[in-house]
Formats: sequence, structure tokens, C-alpha cells
Amino acid sequence: MKDLPESAERAEKLKGLGSSRKRVEDARFTQGKGNYVDDITLPGMLFGDFVRSPHAHARVTAIHTEEAMKVPGVLAVITAKDLEPLGLHWMPTLAGDKQMVLADGKVLFQGQEVAFVVATDRYAAADGIEAVEVEYEDLPVVVDPFKALEPDAPVLREDLEGKTEGAHGPRKHHNHIFTWEQGDREATEQVIAEADVVAEEMIYYHRTHPCPLEPCGCVASMDKVNGKLTIWGTFQAPHAIRTVVSLISGIEEHNIRIVSPDIGGGFGNKVGAYPGYICSAVASIVTGKPVKWVEDRMDNLMTTAFARDYWMKGRIAATKEGKITGLWCHVTADHGGFDACADPTKFPAGFFNICTGSYDIPTAYLSVDGVYTNKAPGGVAYRCSFRVTEAAYFIERMIEILAIELGMDAAELRRINFIKAEQFPYQSALGWEYDSGDYHTAWDKALEAVDYAGLRREQAERVEAFKRGETRKLLGIGLTHFTEIVGAGPVKNCDILGLGMFDSCEIRIHPTGSAIARLGTISQGQGHATTFAQILASEIGLPADSITVEEGDTDTAPYGLGTYGSRSTPVAGAATAMAGRKIRAKAQMIAAYLLEVHDDDLEWDVDRFAVKGDPERFKTMKEIAFAAYNQAIPGIEPGLEAVSYYDPPNMTYPFGAYVCVMEIDVDTGQTEIRQFYALDDCGTRINPMIIEGQVHGGLTEALAIAMGQEIAYDEMGNVKTGTLMDFFVPTAWETPHYTTDHTVTPSPHHPIGAKGVGESPNVGGVPAFSNAVHDAFRAFGLRQSHMPHDHWRVWKIANGLGLHG
Amino acid sequence: MGKQHYQITVNGEPQDVLAEPRELLIHTLREQLRITGPHIGCETSHCGACTVDIDGRSVKSCTVFTAQVAGKEITTVEGLGSPDAMHPLQEAFREHHGLQCGYCTPGMITRAYRLLQENPSPTEEEVRFGMAGNLCRCTGYQNIVKAILAAAAEMNASKEAAE
Ligand code: FES
Ligand code: FES
Repeated sequence: MKDLPESAERAEKLKGLGSSRKRVEDARFTQGKGNYVDDITLPGMLFGDFVRSPHAHARVTAIHTEEAMKVPGVLAVITAKDLEPLGLHWMPTLAGDKQMVLADGKVLFQGQEVAFVVATDRYAAADGIEAVEVEYEDLPVVVDPFKALEPDAPVLREDLEGKTEGAHGPRKHHNHIFTWEQGDREATEQVIAEADVVAEEMIYYHRTHPCPLEPCGCVASMDKVNGKLTIWGTFQAPHAIRTVVSLISGIEEHNIRIVSPDIGGGFGNKVGAYPGYICSAVASIVTGKPVKWVEDRMDNLMTTAFARDYWMKGRIAATKEGKITGLWCHVTADHGGFDACADPTKFPAGFFNICTGSYDIPTAYLSVDGVYTNKAPGGVAYRCSFRVTEAAYFIERMIEILAIELGMDAAELRRINFIKAEQFPYQSALGWEYDSGDYHTAWDKALEAVDYAGLRREQAERVEAFKRGETRKLLGIGLTHFTEIVGAGPVKNCDILGLGMFDSCEIRIHPTGSAIARLGTISQGQGHATTFAQILASEIGLPADSITVEEGDTDTAPYGLGTYGSRSTPVAGAATAMAGRKIRAKAQMIAAYLLEVHDDDLEWDVDRFAVKGDPERFKTMKEIAFAAYNQAIPGIEPGLEAVSYYDPPNMTYPFGAYVCVMEIDVDTGQTEIRQFYALDDCGTRINPMIIEGQVHGGLTEALAIAMGQEIAYDEMGNVKTGTLMDFFVPTAWETPHYTTDHTVTPSPHHPIGAKGVGESPNVGGVPAFSNAVHDAFRAFGLRQSHMPHDHWRVWKIANGLGLHG
Repeated sequence: MGKQHYQITVNGEPQDVLAEPRELLIHTLREQLRITGPHIGCETSHCGACTVDIDGRSVKSCTVFTAQVAGKEITTVEGLGSPDAMHPLQEAFREHHGLQCGYCTPGMITRAYRLLQENPSPTEEEVRFGMAGNLCRCTGYQNIVKAILAAAAEMNASKEAAE
């Protein structure tokens, strides 16, 4: 008989799945020994920086560089003219559009790159920038996407004039990028026409920015002796960057090495390619010296990839009893001057078609129009999976508005419309197959944990007290039940620039029973070195502490599409498990040889293969590893290595139930989060400590977005929030305490049942905070007020409702 | 602009640096002395990633010129502990998962180090207020606060044991 407690003890020592293992990354980071891109210094390294446009839309008539060249330390000033012969004055974007590397005749947004000054150090570069003189001729500015589509709107992209076909189908107007449609328009419009109740609203999800604490940057070094270009940089997708660099530069891919060192947060901001990368590489090729470019915070906020900016017009239809019968949505998507979204090719609006949310909605229709304006390009997934955040916000607002229309409790309305546990796998009206879920269980658990009925009673009493003049504070209860779609994705429908969105893991077991695993992803704080070792420990029976995880160097790591959209655990995590299983399969053959039994007579037991029915006869993984290198085993190659490229059969669908309780001061507009409860279901939990940390972080980014953070423009296209003074990032003081909880509904198709979690709290958090604000004023007739809900805007809500007497 | 010599002490070691009067301390530390623990997150004194300790006060090193700190003692995260004897704050940040990408961490720990000298037994509120000059985009602060409170308890206990 197997000794169960003994094997459980062995399992615990491995620190595998489910262990709140401490992070291996932290010893370096806490001692100031991280290695971020700006920490890299190479002999003779130069520093490059940009002359940027102060105008949002202007013709560039002349660039005078002579004075700049006289500045001590300035070695070169590169303009579009210099890049043109190399074909590098424009670059392809990940969305099938192209973008100016340096202003080619005109500028399309404030802060756009006009010239690149290369100097001996950052101070000399700054002096050089001052001395460059650019002549501009103002052009009319359009910052409103609806105005951009008016017939007589100025032509922004002259390079596309007359082109009626874009990367995603026909263009309807000179500032139009694409139309994307999903679902059944006719049927949906019919359902809406015949419905008992229809709620209609325009929901705006404002423009914001991922703003990782470390800005973007790179060091490019062309080694002319061996012809190899190395670029260290803040890349969330190093392998894809290598391919892009090769395609646009003509340098063969084996002669390019891309390295992502430690990355100080990404949140989608570091997925795309920026002019700084191209200019640094060109400058290094020209000067023969390494060139560093690291943007400052203003550059980061004003010019690198923004997020959101979706105008979402919705109609939701239901029966009198509250059963939803149809959903209609049209989005006007502001993409800025170039379409530089980082979505899978076939999804120009990302996975926005998850906008039916957690609800069983039989009929739905969605269309999205992408539009050019005089704003910075981007449209990245800021801690979210390709527009899922926008989708979740849309449906969770529409549900609340429908509840108002029906005079129903919003929690109850959700409950009667949830997809039921027995309906999974569930086919949504907009084309997704939800793999698994148990929404009712999560919902009931959440409502019970916060004493929902009690909160509603307190709220009703508060409203009465307010009306009697006994208090000036209102209570808001913000509910959200979100469904995410992550883990892009199946190669059959997910690619970026034609590269399938699989991911990879390669494992080498060393003779003494330790190992190195390399992956195609790259951590930016998620703790991959810790968690991927845990997945492997459980698969191959070696302690996580004996497994090194390495990512980010394209010369050594297997090809993968990188880390964003919560794809690392669903895709690379699966590749890790599968590679581990290949190791185990070979180990089983070796063990069979060593124990002189047939393979089939062995069973796996935590860290060893034992003879069935005779557990005393076994070989541990450590022993097997040694044998793999020192025994000549007939029919088996020496060594113990494996590689797996994992093409996921489906996405994963994490979900969660959040409740935010907010106190609102009607006279000052100040808001205070009294309680925040977050229940997440991310399937199998690899490291609970790290999951909890991810939830805290994602909720705080959601708090920022919902309550104050925005990239705002005036009508001249000036960025009004270009520093951390104006762009809201919460401090420890403004951030509330969070309570986390979970249910576990494993993904049926993922090798270990994990679904990914990093972005869920941002997806679910934003509607929870926003709904709390709206809910506080529901009794006074508020339907919809756009984010961010900063104090001034909340005060305006109260004022508009006549609450200031 | 002409360069001048300035004498500063960093992590107990005297240093002679040659800098223009306009050179910021963060650049001297990172680029001349290769002390890269303090990071740059904004260069406008909002984020705290560059926090160091100057003569017993927390200072954002992107807001002072090197010329201004001549003759002063500067401590960075590198000077708080060593690989064999980490500072209790460094241990606590790891133990309580007070960091993710690690970019804010050196500034956070350096600020927390000074906070605990100013107030050895802070409440959660005092920690949150005392750390409000340091931004973190990853952790949501909850575990940072937890780590600082745990380190305070730990430091107080070992002080008591020593007395
Ligand atoms: S870099 Fe000094 S405060 Fe941000
Ligand atoms: S750990 Fe990433 S900014 Fe704090």
C-alpha cells in the first residue's frame, strides 16, 4: 500500500502547483540589483533623443540642423530624409497600418517624433534638441472621432488618400480605418423592435495610458565585425520584435538578437514597436557605436501606446420579467493618427465581441468603426486582453441601466441572466465558445460575503436620512460580474503580422537533477521565474528551487509571441506542462530499463516512477536524470531534454464577482472606498500569493482609471495630462484595502486547468468602481455619467441632479 | 558648461565626481558611479523611484543637483544591507510579496528605511501616508504596507532583545 502522507510530504517539498512559494526574483530586486534597460551601459555608448512636435497637426516645411551639429557632444541629427533611402522613414504597425518613424512632411499628433539627435550623453542630446529648428505650418486639428468622420473634415492621412481598401476591409471616409461586424444585425434589430423593454445609452470609455513605472527604451548595438545587431529593450514580445526588425531592415534574422532584460512593468505599453527602436538601431549602424534611447515620462504619456478611447452606443432588450433577449452595440473607436493597436490580425477591435459578458443573450450584433484623429497612436490592451476591458465595462453598465429601466435590483437581474453551469461549453451569439464557468456559485458567494441585503437596507436608510437633511453622504454599491477571454490564441484564428500566437517552452534536465527551462514569454513583474518552475516541479518531480527559468533572449529562448493579454499562463504555461510531460515520458522508459520492468508496469508518484504494487522499487527523477547521461540504454538517446510548442485549442475564460462599497460626499464630490471584495476564478491556482498580488495591482489600476486617470486633449490637440502631476496614479494613501476570494473552475482544455489572472481585476474593477458611483445616485435619477469619476465630475453629477439645493 | 569636482560620500565610500553644475544627482549615481538601484520613473519628483537618503532625510534624487549635495552622506538601497545580511525591510518585502516588477522597490525600501527611523512603530495609516511619495504601478500597495509593518515589528523585537 502506498504511504499517502509520505508522498504528500514529498510533494510539498517540490513547491509545485498551489504553493505560495516566495519569489526567486526578489533577492535581486530588493537589493537594487535588477538589470533594467537603463542600467545597461556599454563602452562608447551614445545617447539619442527626439525633437518632438509641439503641434497636433501641421505641415513640416523645413528642419534646420546646422546649429545643433555645432553643439558640443552632438554627433548626428537624423531626419526622415536620412531614413528614406533605407526605407525606414515609415514602419509597419502591428495592426496592418504604417506609422512615420520621423515626421515625413507633416505631423499628426502632439509629441510626434520629428528628428533624432545622437550625442555623447543625455545632456548634450538635450542641448542638441534645443538647437534644432523646425518650421511648421498649422493645419486644422481634429480630436473628436465623430467630427473626423464628417464629410468636410480635414484629411489626416494624406498617404492614404484615395485608398478605399484598408487592412481590414473597405474604408468609408478619408479618416475611416475599418468597420468590423459580428453577430446577426437583422435578427437583433427585430428583437429590439419587438421587446417589452429596451434600454439605450452611449457609454464612453475614455482614453488612458498604461504608464508602467519604467518608461520604454532600448540600447542598440551593431557589431560591424561580425555583422550582428543586438537590441536590449523594454519588449513584451522580443521574438516578434526580432522578426519585425528583420523584415523592415533586411538584416537576416539570425544576425539580430533581441534581449528583454528586467522590465519595470508593461501593462500593454511595451508590446508595439516605437520610432525610438528604429532610430537607435540606425544610429548604431551609422556611428558603429551602441546607442541608448530611453524616453522620459512626458514622452511616455504623450506618445507611446495609449489605451481605450471607445464610444460605445448600446441597446439592450428584455422581457418585463428581466430576461435579456438581445444586445446591439456600435463602437466609434478613436485610434489616433496611426492604427497601432496590438490586436490579433483578424480582430481589429480585439475581442470586444466578448461584450455579451456573463449573460445568456440569444441574439446580438456588434459593429466597430475605427477612426483617425490628431492624437497619439496606440489602442493597446492596458492590463487587459485586447479590448475585453471595454467590453466588460460596456455590458456591466448596460445591465445597470437596464435594471433602472426595469425597476429591478441589479444583482437579481444579473442572476436571472447568467449562463448556467450546465450550459458550458457555451456558444455565444457573437462567436465565442466559453470553455467553463460557474457564475451563480461565485455570485452567491460574493453577495453573501458582503451581506448584500444588509448593504441595500443601509443604502435605503441613507437615502432617507439624506432627504431629511441628516447627512450629506450617499452610499454606492458597485456590482460587477465579468467574464474575460484570455490566452490568445489558437493559431487557426490568432496571429500578429502572420505569426501564429502559440507559445513555447524548452527544458534541459542537468545530470545531477536540476534543470533550466526557457520560454517564449517575458515577465514584467508577473513572477514567471517563480511560477513556471512550480508548474514544472509538479510535472517532473524536481523541486522548483532546482529549476531556473529564463526568458527574453531570442538567441537562447524558443520562439514565442510574448507576454500580454494574460496569455503567458494559458499558452506558455501549457507549453511548460507539455514539455514536462515529454520529459516524464522519456524518464519512464529510462526507469523501466533501470528497474528491469516494462514501461506499463510503472506508475508516477510525485517525484519518482515506482513499480505498480511494489512501491519500494522505484527510481527518483534525480536518479533517472543521472542515468540519462551516464548509461548506454538500448534504443534510447542519451540526455534528457524536451521542447514543446503549444497551440491552444481554445481561449480560457476566467471570471469573477466584485463588490465595491463607496461613500460619496455630495458637496465635495470626494469618494471613499469603504470596502472592496474581489472573488476571482482563474481555474487551477498555481501560486496563491502571486495571484493575490496580481489582483491587488489590477484593482489599483482599475481604481486609477475609473476615478481619475485620463489622457485628455484640448481642441487644439494639446495633451493636458502629460505628467504625473496631472495624470492620476494612486498612491498608498488613496488606495483602499482589498479583500480577495476565489472559486476554482478549471479550464477543461488546459493541461493543468489554469486560466490566467493578471488582467481580470482591471477588467472587473473598472465597472465595479464606476457602478458604485452611479449606484449612489440611482435614487436621484442618474443613468449614465462618463468616467473618470474624479471629484470635480462627481460634484457635477450631484449638482446636475439638484442635490446642492 | 564647465565641469567641477564634487566630493560626496555614497554608502559610506567617499567619491570624487566630475560633473556639470546642472547634473542631477540621479544621473551621477547611475551613470558615473554605476549605482543603479535608484531608478528613474519621471524626473519630475512625482514617482519616488529615485529616492535616496541624504544626511538622514529621504530625497528624490532627480530633484537635486549633484552640486547641491557636495560634502553630504548619501545612502541608496545598495547601502542598506548585503547579500549575506539583508536589511529586515528587504527580507520583509520578499516575505510579504511587496514587489512585482521591482522597479519601484529600491526607492520604496529606501523611503521605508527612513520612515521607520522617524517613526519606529507606525500604524497602517501612518505607513500609507508616509509612503505616499512613492508610486507603485504593480502591487496596489497592500503588501508593501504589510511588509513595512512586519519589518517594523521585526526591528523593534530585535532592538528589545539586544537591550
Ligand atoms: S524619478 Fe525622481 S521622483 Fe520620479
Ligand atoms: S513593483 Fe512594479 S512599480 Fe512597484
